[in-house]
Amino acid sequence: MKSTVFTIFKKELKRFFSDKRMAVTTILLPGLMIFVMYNFMGSAISNIANVDENQSVYISAVNIPESMEAVFSQWGIETDIISENDIQTAKDAVSAGGDISALVIFPENFEKSAAEYDVSEGGKAPNIEIYYNSADTASLTVYSMLTEIFDSYESSMANKFDINNSDTDYDLSSDRDITATVFSTLLPLLMLVFLYSGCMAVGIESIAGEKERGTIATLLVTPAKRSHIAVGKIGALAIIALLSGASSAIGTLSSLPKLMAGAAQEISGSFYTASDYILLALVILSTVLVLITIISIVSAFAKTVKEAQSYVLPVMIIVMLAGITGMFGEAKTEIFYYMIPIYNSVQSMVGIFSFNISYAHIAVTVGANIIAAGIGVFILTRLFGSERVMFSK
Amino acid sequence: MGVILRAENLTKTFKLSAKQQKIEKTNVKIRTAVKNLSFSVNEGEIFGLLGPNGAGKTTTLRMLATLIKPDSGDGTVDGASIVREPEKVRSRIGFLTSELKLEDFFTPNYLYDFFSELHGVPADVRNDRKKRLFSTFGIGEFAEVKVGELSTGMKQKASLAIALVHDPSVIIFDEPTNGLDVITAKVVTDFLEELKKEGKTVIVSTHIFSLAEKLCDRVGIIIQGEMAALGTLEQVQGGKSLEDSFFDIYSERMGGSV
Ligand SMILES: Nc1ncnc2c1ncn2[C@@H]1O[C@H](COP(=O)(O)OP(=O)(O)OP(=O)(O)O)[C@@H](O)[C@H]1O
Ligand SMILES: [Mg+2]
Repeated sequence: MKSTVFTIFKKELKRFFSDKRMAVTTILLPGLMIFVMYNFMGSAISNIANVDENQSVYISAVNIPESMEAVFSQWGIETDIISENDIQTAKDAVSAGGDISALVIFPENFEKSAAEYDVSEGGKAPNIEIYYNSADTASLTVYSMLTEIFDSYESSMANKFDINNSDTDYDLSSDRDITATVFSTLLPLLMLVFLYSGCMAVGIESIAGEKERGTIATLLVTPAKRSHIAVGKIGALAIIALLSGASSAIGTLSSLPKLMAGAAQEISGSFYTASDYILLALVILSTVLVLITIISIVSAFAKTVKEAQSYVLPVMIIVMLAGITGMFGEAKTEIFYYMIPIYNSVQSMVGIFSFNISYAHIAVTVGANIIAAGIGVFILTRLFGSERVMFSK
Repeated sequence: MGVILRAENLTKTFKLSAKQQKIEKTNVKIRTAVKNLSFSVNEGEIFGLLGPNGAGKTTTLRMLATLIKPDSGDGTVDGASIVREPEKVRSRIGFLTSELKLEDFFTPNYLYDFFSELHGVPADVRNDRKKRLFSTFGIGEFAEVKVGELSTGMKQKASLAIALVHDPSVIIFDEPTNGLDVITAKVVTDFLEELKKEGKTVIVSTHIFSLAEKLCDRVGIIIQGEMAALGTLEQVQGGKSLEDSFFDIYSERMGGSV
């Protein structure tokens, strides 16, 4: 009776999609949240990187050369030129943390003496004094701006050689290489996390939830084979988990440009061919089957949804460890590694994303995962048939 | 009228978890819920399993319905063994107990169709039968309301209809009137008599003796997992009311007055 599998399958999907709250929280929300979060992170990063240019800061200066004043104003620093007699007043102002953020004292004829100064003669170099107030953030910022300005001024005076000082693009990596690096280090583990959380949301509800509410018992007094119930449930749950994972993946991919805004190279999913994506889909599908059977089995042992949630956490840690160890370095070449479910998924994804595709590795991965899921379904079937597991008090 | 259901030396023990031991303040690790229980039910009769709380009625019915397995002993339903052919048994019985719940998210109408499919009922047969069952229990009014929004009585009616989607020849019903008001309870008991008229076999468990007197052809009294009395209603009553006769049997068993 193959139709039993399909009946259960349909019911599970209907159960999920007729529960709007659940459908929204598992499918729509993950992608949306990731998108919002990453975009927020992206803007936060660029905010930190950019100095707020609109706001002027004020300093007092003694003996400032005209050229310097021009440089300062380019940086948004307004200079109030004072005489040596007013030094103490200016110091007091800086110390008070008021509008004047720093006091800069140049030696007389600074430009000339600096130009004439020769290190080999060993004399004392002309000294610029910057008085600032480290307790005042504005003052501290101005201080570091000033030191930076003077450092570059100094090195431009003694310019003996330059590094990469032209418009040529010296980074010889291609956009494709960068994409490979970014995707293969970032995405496999992320995908695993997304898929796991998708499986967790639906698997717990469908197995432990039904147990807790006593609805699975109603199913178990029908002539439906336990194995058909297991297959029907796993199939439907895998599809929902895939949708949830896809939502997260779309959220991530659509935020990547914003996240990577600083990078010179264009990273883009368009470097991968259709066949790359098909292989990826196969790997992901087989991974979801493994994850959902694991979570279903664990949930079957729990009496309540709460209990199941506490059971799947340690499992999640193990899965994530497999994911993290698979993340480092290049994809393994030994076929053995591709026989370990979950770990093999990460390895295969690393291979695909870094354009090092081995069909043998992917075939072994998908095969191993399907076998593992098959064993999982067998175990789940036994659990459905075990009164100690299903009807424990 | 032949025997359609038979229980032979059914025995069931439960391991008590540490938590259960604590709740029940006992050091006993194993509880014998049902002990060497034998009885048979004839085709077309209503058989009542009677007994006080914790006697083992529900446990017996769950074994007959193949939800749990006996430690030893066996039973047959319509010729199929509850131990060796549970799937066959399940397709021949309709089992109803408070432990079996309907999913809140679905309507009685959807669930009726769903369970019909699981029982392999053809669509046309299903629709005719649904019409009849839904009108008997007045489910039509709430057929499209989600189970989660139904009252206890409505749920019970929906469960009853859904337990009968495959027109089983044996109906096993644990505490049929539990939690129902007198009107709904009457709908249910009238329906059980209706089923009997159609030639179905009905097994009910109850601790309400008046219900058994009204409904049952034969009864078995279980006390502490063992069959204490078995026979036709009149035989077990022995000229008294069923309740009085039960007290006699009970005090004899327990060695003292009630
Ligand atoms: N899963 C279980 N684990 C442990 N003990 C159990 C379990 N199920 C039933 N029992 C015990 O078996 C005994 C018989 O229980 P059962 O539910 O069959 O009684 P009952 O006759 O239906 O009682 P009631 O009238 O209260 O429904 C009780 O002592 C009960 O505590
Ligand atoms: Mg009971």
